[in-house]
Amino acid sequence: MRKKSLLKTGLSLAMVLCMTVALTACGGAASAPAESAAESGEAGSASAGGAIKIGGSGPLTGPAAVYGNAVKAAAEMAVEEVNAKGGLQFELDFEDDTHDAEKAVSAYGALKDWGMQVSLATVTSAPGAAVSQMYQDDHIFAITPSGSSLAVIYQDPDNAASPYGNIFQMCFTDPNQGIASADYLAGHSDLGSKIAIIYKNDDNYSSGIYTKFRAEADEKGLEVVYEGTFDDSNASDFSVQLKKAKDAGADLIFLPIYYDPASLILTQANQMDYKPTFFGVDGMDGILTLEGFDTSLAEGVYLLTPFSADATDELTQNFTKNYKARNQDEIPNQFAADAYDCVFAIAQACEAAGVTADMSASDICDALTKQFTSMTFNGLTGQNVTWSESGEVSKSPKAVVIKDGVYVGVEE
Amino acid sequence: MEFFSYLINGLGLGSVYAIIALGYTMVYGIAKMLNFAHGDVIMVGAYVVFFALSSFNLPLIPGVLLSVAVCTVLGITIERLAYKPLRQASSLSVLITAIGVSYFLQNAAQLLWSSSTKVFPAVFPSGSLELGSLSISYLTLITIATCVLVMVCLTLFINRTKTGRAMRACSEDKGASTLMGINVNRIISITFAIGSGLAAIASVLLCAAYPSVYPTLGAMPGIKAFTAAVFGGIGSIPGAFLGGLLLGVIEIFAKAYISTQLSDAIVFAVLIIVLLIKPSGLLGRRIREKV
Amino acid sequence: MLKKLLDRTHRGRTVSYIMVVVLYLIIEIMIHSGNLSSLFTSLLVPVCCYIVAAIGLNLNVGVSGELNLGQAGFMSVGAFTAVSISGYLAASVSNGPVRLIIAIIAGVMISAVFGLLIGIPVLKLEGDYLAIVTLAFGQIIKSIITNMYLGFDGNGFQFSFVDNNTKLAPGGKMLLNGPMGATGTAKISTFTAGVILILVSLIIVYHLMYSRSGRAIMAARDNRIAAESVGIDISRTKMLAFVVSASLAGAAGALYGLNYSTLVPAKFDFNTSILILVYVVLGGLGNMTGTIIATIILVLLPELLRSMQDYRMLIYAVVLILIMLLTNNENMKTRLRRLKNRFSGRGRKEGEVS
Repeated sequence: MRKKSLLKTGLSLAMVLCMTVALTACGGAASAPAESAAESGEAGSASAGGAIKIGGSGPLTGPAAVYGNAVKAAAEMAVEEVNAKGGLQFELDFEDDTHDAEKAVSAYGALKDWGMQVSLATVTSAPGAAVSQMYQDDHIFAITPSGSSLAVIYQDPDNAASPYGNIFQMCFTDPNQGIASADYLAGHSDLGSKIAIIYKNDDNYSSGIYTKFRAEADEKGLEVVYEGTFDDSNASDFSVQLKKAKDAGADLIFLPIYYDPASLILTQANQMDYKPTFFGVDGMDGILTLEGFDTSLAEGVYLLTPFSADATDELTQNFTKNYKARNQDEIPNQFAADAYDCVFAIAQACEAAGVTADMSASDICDALTKQFTSMTFNGLTGQNVTWSESGEVSKSPKAVVIKDGVYVGVEE
Repeated sequence: MEFFSYLINGLGLGSVYAIIALGYTMVYGIAKMLNFAHGDVIMVGAYVVFFALSSFNLPLIPGVLLSVAVCTVLGITIERLAYKPLRQASSLSVLITAIGVSYFLQNAAQLLWSSSTKVFPAVFPSGSLELGSLSISYLTLITIATCVLVMVCLTLFINRTKTGRAMRACSEDKGASTLMGINVNRIISITFAIGSGLAAIASVLLCAAYPSVYPTLGAMPGIKAFTAAVFGGIGSIPGAFLGGLLLGVIEIFAKAYISTQLSDAIVFAVLIIVLLIKPSGLLGRRIREKV
Repeated sequence: MLKKLLDRTHRGRTVSYIMVVVLYLIIEIMIHSGNLSSLFTSLLVPVCCYIVAAIGLNLNVGVSGELNLGQAGFMSVGAFTAVSISGYLAASVSNGPVRLIIAIIAGVMISAVFGLLIGIPVLKLEGDYLAIVTLAFGQIIKSIITNMYLGFDGNGFQFSFVDNNTKLAPGGKMLLNGPMGATGTAKISTFTAGVILILVSLIIVYHLMYSRSGRAIMAARDNRIAAESVGIDISRTKMLAFVVSASLAGAAGALYGLNYSTLVPAKFDFNTSILILVYVVLGGLGNMTGTIIATIILVLLPELLRSMQDYRMLIYAVVLILIMLLTNNENMKTRLRRLKNRFSGRGRKEGEVS
């Protein structure tokens, strides 16, 4: 009897909670238009026409949070800078998707309820592929800063004739990087002739680059002597992979992975006195700015990167300085740079097309798609950047080598 | 020679698992709960050492002591606030609360210290000991030695001191211990304190070997160490030690001789086979059920 | 009939069925009148999936008393089976609902087979050792699916394991692509299908709970030795609960997989298993209505906290701890009971309420 009454208490409490939730859900939906009207009214008094609503999602919590937070911070900064110029006004809502397709879809729902007109899509690839279809169905323009898999911009990644059309990328695509890396190594056999590859096999980005690299390497007759993998549950101990690579006589290790595990590989290789040439891709960018990392370990590392936080041009220097000032001295990585460029590319396209905040998302989508496929953009991550009809960016990966703790361009 | 080199690497990795597993197993033995937040205490320990060494420029030993102190206080606080009110509740409720604590610590760490990785400074001399063609890094030697030392001290403490005996009594029968005048709540607090202090030591060894510090750092080693504790027989201190070492060695061998892709599957498959042969772990005691 | 539905043994069941149907109707009305926000619309199917998986797990943990930490593994088996079948049949069976049913049935069958195979070793163990073995199987399943490559073209199926050797002819399609999982899945799951699945799983679970086998399962949970002494075949009854639980997880996974255009094997990791376990424990062991409510609340909670920005998951964690403390602490329980008595117990006799 006692148990029963307790259970009932629990149940009735839960029911009350449930109803409240349902009611707020209901109320939220009903009051949303009123709210947004009030908001645009306010913004309207500040600047003519109100602000264009930019949405986006990325992992802000959980193991991949570092990438999402970088994008969010840089996008916020870029939006403020655009707004400070007067003229075109933006408003940003960046939601958490925890690097999970399910959460990305609900984040998309939240953004739509908010009234998103343009989007930064998602930060990571797998969740991105899950929402791309929804962006197409709802006809909302999206440009992802860092969702580099083909599945983000193509309905069927194996079929080049199936682009979504309104999803664009600011970063290189994974296959593009794999092929570029293999071609570069084929042209520079002095870097190393016996190649080992260590990649993260449960990661879309890493295995995407690996697959194409391997295919291109076979075609170009490169000698791959060892292939090792790791995954989320084994991402700290690389002693076996490195020893195997060493025993196989590899003098070059290709690392299509992000900089955090790469820093562990460099440290552990150094501990075992193994000094091959390391060759990374754009995910390697950020290794020099890891807090506490001994940059001498990265000496002589080659990587393909579109961005370097310590480049000397004015745009990059201002960006790095402002970013650090806003984010407790954290140094921006390529995710931040790509996000910053995304916002400015959207701004440029909006200005050129005369997009205003009172246009519908669908009209904005048509206008921006037309602009993006015809315009040239200069940003942090590249000069004279253009986009193809399918949404791929034209930036070509550029090789740099780390010398005395800074990137040095490699002469072709 | 290759074999021995992998073996030593495996023992190094296993020693780290073993120290973490000791924390799991002690808490389980006395409080009969799976403390899933243990891995996150390691993470906090790692951050404390990181800041002590790189921001306050403390030498290693005071840094580690500070970390041990912080973790001990954290462990006792968690026990008081989250687990003590559930002493009478089912073990599953405590398990879920522990998971809640784990989420809390991870997210609090991200808010406090940001989600970006920090690189742990090199605290031990680099280089290695050459034995013929076999080379063993000092780091691995220090890790294994620390693990053995901790294990010996802990065994002596449990078997020779009054508190240790009280702990054993509590793990046998809480009711009877209370009747014998043992303050069970105090003993449980002490157990959490020791387990968390060990977590701080584990964090230094873990980060010396794999120098990345980030908010979810403790999750994976935590699960592996939990597996190791069960492997050896949960509740048994020598069991946790043996389980940890074996797990490390099996993991390295699986990667080296079978497949890096499937190493996890192999580790868990071995675990299943061992448990089918010895259903309460390698050194666990079979508790006879009475009517 | 009505009397039977409202009598003691049936009341709990009737409440669950009515609750599910009423909630369904309310939500359908809200959808059709355009009152449900996009955010909540996107949560409908996943909530149904988690509810079905949690009902299955509750049968295992609550009714049968075995702590299972690998429920996500069975979901994974169901999901990838269903996604592959649906991808393969996409051309030949164009009717979405029919394909969904075929895919779910296939998902259920394959996960039932896995449940049976895994159940044999798992149920030899007890307590926390059993728990760790289910965790181990969950990890093994994840690891295996991460390394599976399955594709088909005009010449039939191609399969490879660990190293991807599939070479598809033009027009071929990869169904499973190792770590990248399945992409380009047609989204054929619907909320209605989810609700039907919940009702079906409730019927199965209640039927099992209140049948002879169900009573045997509970007897074995409460006192194994006593149950054995009266001639109950414990391993058979536990196996039954384990397999049904795995099948329901498979159904949940199938529905889940067909609700998103991409699905990666890493989704069904240890954390997902734990998440489902949290729903079960919070809802109450053996209490299906509670499980449904707890799942709804816990899936909605982080979404409702979106406005909290960075503090979202921190608050979620605090709420989780507080709920556990409030509902399980003896002092709190007594206080809650007193509070309830003050409001509702006035007219009743003392003996009835306590």
